[in-house]
Amino acid sequence: MAIDMAQFHQVFFEESFEGLDAMESGLLNLDMGDVNVDDINTIFRAAHSIKGGSGTFGFTAVSDFTHVMETLLDEMRDGRRKVTQTAVNVLLGSVDCLREMLQAIKDGDTIDPAAVGAHKQALDQELAHPGQATAAIASASSSTMTQQPRPPAVDNDQPAVIGWTIAFSPHLDLLKTGNEPVRMFRELATLGELTSTVDLQGLPDLFDLDPEECHLSWKLVLNGAVSPDAIDEVFAWVEGECDLARMPIHGEHPAAPPAMTIPAQDAPRPPLPASIPSDGKDAKKDDTKASGKASNSIRVDTSKIDTLINMVGELVITQSMLSLIGDRFEVNKLDQLKNGLSQLERHTRELQESVMNIRMLPISFVFSRFPRLAHDLSSKLGKKVELKLVGEHTEVDKTVVELLSDPLVHLVRNSLDHGIEMPDIRSAVGKPETGTVTLDAYHRGGNIVIEVRDDGKGLDKDKLRAKAIEKGLIEPDAVLSDKQTYELIFMPGFSTAEALTDISGRGVGMDVVRRNIQALGGNIDIASELGKGSTIAIHLPLTLAILDGQSIAVGDETYIVPLGAIIESINITDDRVNRVAGKGETFLLRGEYLPIIRMHDIFNVASAKAKRLTEGLLVVVEGQGLRCGLFVDDLLGQQQVVIKSLEANYRRIEGVSGATILGDGSVALILDIPGLMRLAHQ
Amino acid sequence: MATILAVDDSASMRQMVSFTLKGAGYDVVEAVDGVDALNKAKTQAFDCVVTDVNMPNKDGIALIRDLRSLPNYKFTPMLMLTTESGADKKQQGKDAGATGWIVKPFNPEQLLKTIQKVLG
Repeated sequence: MAIDMAQFHQVFFEESFEGLDAMESGLLNLDMGDVNVDDINTIFRAAHSIKGGSGTFGFTAVSDFTHVMETLLDEMRDGRRKVTQTAVNVLLGSVDCLREMLQAIKDGDTIDPAAVGAHKQALDQELAHPGQATAAIASASSSTMTQQPRPPAVDNDQPAVIGWTIAFSPHLDLLKTGNEPVRMFRELATLGELTSTVDLQGLPDLFDLDPEECHLSWKLVLNGAVSPDAIDEVFAWVEGECDLARMPIHGEHPAAPPAMTIPAQDAPRPPLPASIPSDGKDAKKDDTKASGKASNSIRVDTSKIDTLINMVGELVITQSMLSLIGDRFEVNKLDQLKNGLSQLERHTRELQESVMNIRMLPISFVFSRFPRLAHDLSSKLGKKVELKLVGEHTEVDKTVVELLSDPLVHLVRNSLDHGIEMPDIRSAVGKPETGTVTLDAYHRGGNIVIEVRDDGKGLDKDKLRAKAIEKGLIEPDAVLSDKQTYELIFMPGFSTAEALTDISGRGVGMDVVRRNIQALGGNIDIASELGKGSTIAIHLPLTLAILDGQSIAVGDETYIVPLGAIIESINITDDRVNRVAGKGETFLLRGEYLPIIRMHDIFNVASAKAKRLTEGLLVVVEGQGLRCGLFVDDLLGQQQVVIKSLEANYRRIEGVSGATILGDGSVALILDIPGLMRLAHQ
Repeated sequence: MATILAVDDSASMRQMVSFTLKGAGYDVVEAVDGVDALNKAKTQAFDCVVTDVNMPNKDGIALIRDLRSLPNYKFTPMLMLTTESGADKKQQGKDAGATGWIVKPFNPEQLLKTIQKVLG
């Protein structure tokens, strides 16, 4: 009989990884000069929980390792040990090691003993540093850690013990800790044959009697070859709350065979219900199933689920109201029906929003790994850097969160490596020695914007230009705007670092970063000022599954323009249209010449009603910092559309990012504005 | 059947304790820390309390001390889940009014046996 412990592993891993994250950020936030005991306590508690859990669930390697960390942290907590940067670094290394150990166990891999050994040695060394005594404690207690539950003790030195007399006099307060003499006697009785005699001498007069105090004492005789340890264990909880004396009774008989000794651990076990899987094979199966599911699971705030349940409740009420009207419909109920339908529409929309909301995770899931990265990297580079996180609670779709991590790592690395200058250079130009890198997330329109800002040296336009010419990426006489010059760094094969470092120069260029962001339906742009710093901004749609769209009509066709891309829609007057030979048409809007893209030309729609510009509308759109006007027949409505991939079902088409199915069942293409501009340019 | 209050900030330990005790037929109410536990203990009567020691907000020892001062919990068995390194914790717990302890790491059988011991 055994309870299948594997069922708790998933939760244990989840909370352990969370605990490790908490330890890591706690360690990174420790201020060496002024250590806050609460902070150390938080770190200690996380280590302690992991140790307790891993011991319980049978991961002894993890609990042994955590034990050493815990000892170190415990000494820091008590003030017995100073918090030093070295100690913090050793602990940070151990956090990584633990994370790898747990991941290996979770994935069913073997733990690399060499790596663990190295980290453990570093910990032991750190422990031993202030004095030999602490090291001795650590190794002694870690060896007790691995001890199995005490084996049944059989006292071989006194083979003739056939029983015990026990004098048990509880102190007055014994009952007040919830201990109960009867309970202890019952337990003794499981060890051997017990006779008890109560001693009433201590009993006061009735008027003086406090019923909450224990005035009785007992003489007990326990027959049987019971080990003294077993007896001590029965009274272990009341040590110090009673007077206890036990005397062995020696008999002439040889000792009873060991099998008769029933120590506490082997007492009859209570039956467990059959529902608990006891079959080892089942346990294994459950385990693998659980770990397979892990990557696709999501932790959802309970309040979000409550909202969802509320919405479903509303929906059910609306539905029953509608079916009531439908059962006996008369024309005079038309208004009621209309009301009900609009309510249904509202509830469906709200329900949809709350379902989508479930997929939303705070961006702190991505941001949380950066303090560590910045810490490690800046100490490696010998730079002083402060990382600021802004807008961590901004929520993004889970898929976006997962795919955003790598590009952001690249950008932050770049900022630290190429952006922020060495402390002496910084102070020479009058900047504070410590550079600042800011990660900032916020919502704008239907997009989330993530900025990586630094106050480093900024991009040198002349250098960029010279490099691009040298690499043959642009013609020597090319005329580039500032923006276009900065964009050079996104070109494949471009790198400005004089020597590739192992930090940024990993063979992945900014072009790959941009491609990844574009694959998510977003874009990336850059602003910089020489000597002051750079800002790289990533714009991403909030979700990859649903889009706020504006339907436009071109002849019989309907297209969807992402609402976030639309700036305005206007009527065209002929006097503001310019025709440039060979370069198409432009529309003058508030001093800006917008290229006009005739949708019916681009997509070959023969049925288009508006052929002359004054007959249709111009939808002014923006993409990747460029603007243009889409010439369409008419605007239809705004609606949320579910994005279906064209690539998965057909093939990639320039200018189209996907398709959707409209309410009447017809298919509408979703426009990709930057792609459309490229298409029109050709 | 007896109702037990299981207090632990670690979800996996809480689940394990709760699952084991429920499997043996006890009613179990879970609490995530001392404050949560105290609130629950004030609105519902428990026959036994099993609590972790190291917890945020209110630790197990403070919880036991607070519970003991309530009239309803004067004699209620209260057990601490503690690690072997916490010898002084045991004493602190006893001083606060703990009935006894279960040493971590423990397995479900040990837990159940101890609970049955105090609940009879």
